[in-house]
Amino acid sequence: MGSVFRLIVKRIGMGILTLFAISIIFFLGVEALPGDLAEEILGQNALPETVAAFRKELKLDLPPHERYVAWLGDLLQGDLGKSLANGRPVVDLVGWRFANTLFLAASAAVIAVPLAILLGIIAALYRNSWFDRAISVATLSTISFPEFFVAYILIALLSVQLIIFPSISNINDQMSFWQKIHAIVLPCLTLTLVVVAHMMRQTRAAIINILASPFIEMARLKGIKRTRVIVMHAFPNALSPVINVIAINLAYLVVGVVIVEVVFVYPGLGQLMVDSVSKRDIPVVLACGLIFASIYIGLNLTADVLSIISNPRLRNPR
Amino acid sequence: MPKLELLQRLLSEGRITRREFIARVSALGLMVAVSPALLGGTAKAATPKKGGRFIIGITGGSTTDSMDPATLTSNMNQNVNWQIRNSLVEIDHNFNAIPELAESWGSTPDAKVWTFKLRKGVDFHNGKTMTAEDVIFSINHHLGEKSKSAAKGYLKSIDNIKADGKHEVIFELSGGSADFPFILGDYHLTICPAGTKGPEFEKGIGTGGYILESWEPGVRAFSKRNPNYWKKGRAHFDEIETLSITDTNARTNALKTGQINYMDRVELKTVHLLKKMPAVNVSAITGTAHYTIPMRLDQSPYGDNNVRMALKLAVDREELLKQILRGYGEPGNDHPIAPVNKFHAKDLEQRKYDPDKAKFYMKKAGMLDHVFNLHAADAAFAGAVDAAVLMKEQAKKAGININVVREPDDGYWSNVWMKKEWCMCYWGGRPIEDMMFSVAYSAGAPWNDTLWDNKRFNELLINARAELDTDKRRKIYEEMQEICRNDGGTVVPMYNQMVEASSAKLAHGPISGHMALDGMRNGERWWFA
Repeated sequence: MGSVFRLIVKRIGMGILTLFAISIIFFLGVEALPGDLAEEILGQNALPETVAAFRKELKLDLPPHERYVAWLGDLLQGDLGKSLANGRPVVDLVGWRFANTLFLAASAAVIAVPLAILLGIIAALYRNSWFDRAISVATLSTISFPEFFVAYILIALLSVQLIIFPSISNINDQMSFWQKIHAIVLPCLTLTLVVVAHMMRQTRAAIINILASPFIEMARLKGIKRTRVIVMHAFPNALSPVINVIAINLAYLVVGVVIVEVVFVYPGLGQLMVDSVSKRDIPVVLACGLIFASIYIGLNLTADVLSIISNPRLRNPR
Repeated sequence: MPKLELLQRLLSEGRITRREFIARVSALGLMVAVSPALLGGTAKAATPKKGGRFIIGITGGSTTDSMDPATLTSNMNQNVNWQIRNSLVEIDHNFNAIPELAESWGSTPDAKVWTFKLRKGVDFHNGKTMTAEDVIFSINHHLGEKSKSAAKGYLKSIDNIKADGKHEVIFELSGGSADFPFILGDYHLTICPAGTKGPEFEKGIGTGGYILESWEPGVRAFSKRNPNYWKKGRAHFDEIETLSITDTNARTNALKTGQINYMDRVELKTVHLLKKMPAVNVSAITGTAHYTIPMRLDQSPYGDNNVRMALKLAVDREELLKQILRGYGEPGNDHPIAPVNKFHAKDLEQRKYDPDKAKFYMKKAGMLDHVFNLHAADAAFAGAVDAAVLMKEQAKKAGININVVREPDDGYWSNVWMKKEWCMCYWGGRPIEDMMFSVAYSAGAPWNDTLWDNKRFNELLINARAELDTDKRRKIYEEMQEICRNDGGTVVPMYNQMVEASSAKLAHGPISGHMALDGMRNGERWWFA
């Protein structure tokens, strides 16, 4: 297990370097966009003198490298800074939205991951049957439609026609946990439909791949039932690629859902980042960017560690 | 019976009187079909009921919004601002300045010194009593070197503000301004407690009908009725929830399923379907908002009035109105004074599409082979790019070549507007002629986006400003509209209507065309019937 520990330490170190590089890329990216916060906020109402006063107040008149160093210095002391647009601490803007984003992602994952694995196993079990084909066609169809289209179809059916679930999921503190769950059913279903196909196909392919191995043939020759062969012998050996795909999809559920947020008016991190980029609110953009990047890095690391643990050959390298 | 439905709607929206309604329905011979509840309903409408939670789904909200009156940039914070705060002056649905926090006002005969008497016994939400000190603080917030206020541009004429006792404020102006009270009715100029600064503005302490309970920019504002509200017969809801819903389909669905009671910016492509829903009322109001297509006169060949005239004549306003606004608007006449404005020149001839005349003027200018670059992005207004392409086709019939240059939405106002020689633009309009002309048409004005400088026009503007006689002012403003129409540097193709939808459970008085959402004051003026 020592090797796993060494790997974790090494990867965390690399991750921090990556985050540092990402923060520079984000900073330069926003700087490269035309205009700055003062011009974007005042828009059509900008006067040269009001823009200048605005810039001065926010220290936007300083050269970019000085502003970046100042930001980095604050960050190292644990201060994410304040929004340039309304002076709120970035932590206050990001914190509860990040919790909301995780809440939606976790709810979708709780449905999507077991469902995808179950469907994948069944598809492998009844390979090339009508059932296998039906699952493939259905899941591939839902992944092929744009997210907003799936969302509108669900709204039309379950919210406008049948009036079971609300069409907007603007959860807030005045709601109880179960009210929140009820409010996010539709975005949750939308995300589930979008991510299931990828994980299900990978599970199916990995298991089918394993089924060609000699030890599976041996198990069959011993007279073990097909279901048991797949669940007890093939699936554990197929785990490694499946875990990797799950990690990618989980990361997607956190960082890639801005369209679903907009359609369902869900107060998550995505909309905050889009608004902040369009208004050039750099501290907020950087904070969101770092969070998203950390999620990717963290999930990738977790996936690698789990793959190693689930695979004896990687666990005890010769 | 669509005609009857239309009349009923007009009546319920207060756009025709009850007497007019009965007369017109009787003329149709349909009086038996009218539900007595409807007529009763409007009688009831005179006595608003209290209670309920009013939920508004609104466009434009952004997570970067602020409650600082200097930077009220979106529909959402403008609306919330007037839920929780008051201005000195209110602009009513007939575009009159009526008392709000100022009880009365008057000026010297040259309209240079204005005295505003403040209402007594008005408390802020934090218990502090409003005095002249707060008013002076709130106006000065937009002035001075450190100001980043969008209102700075039209407060420039203020030389000095001083208090005379606790309840009188005196404004000394650099030049006469007969319409000065209207300027104080602007949404930026709401009154906050003296000394408020920075993030404290986000708490939203004001004197308004609702107290801000929670405010998350770009997401939601929640306010509760102010039990000590000083204004009688206003602010009827128990609570108002203002939700930022940028997606049009999301707003429409939320209204249809009853999750919100009010939405702005109805999708014009599907508004006919929304109108068929019994639980939904749709209102379409022409206000002062209009689209413009300014040309920079310092750039060749726009300095030549023949070119400008040719381009104005080469625009088919009726077609643009039909295609871009689906009929929800009125044609523009190349000046910014809307039909709802008091001194709108009714008798000025409406400019029409005339390819032959356009060709004649363009030939006179010798510019028939010139390619006119028209810069467009939907950031200017929804459908701006389509409008530009339609204009290109229309101009082709006059032998004029327009090349549509697509610009990014992002940064449009800082990189394209006022920078490129000819571009698409949008103006919310102003309730009074002087403000509109001063802001965007007078020589040297910072937002004069055409750099137009017409001597006669600029003289008239100064004259009208200090003139207190209404008839004389009307004459001057009518002449100015004519000069603007025939010499100005901007094409004003159309006025867009504000098309909004609300739950049929709501009641209200006449709807204002001053700004969207009933002059941004639906929270104060509407109620649940």
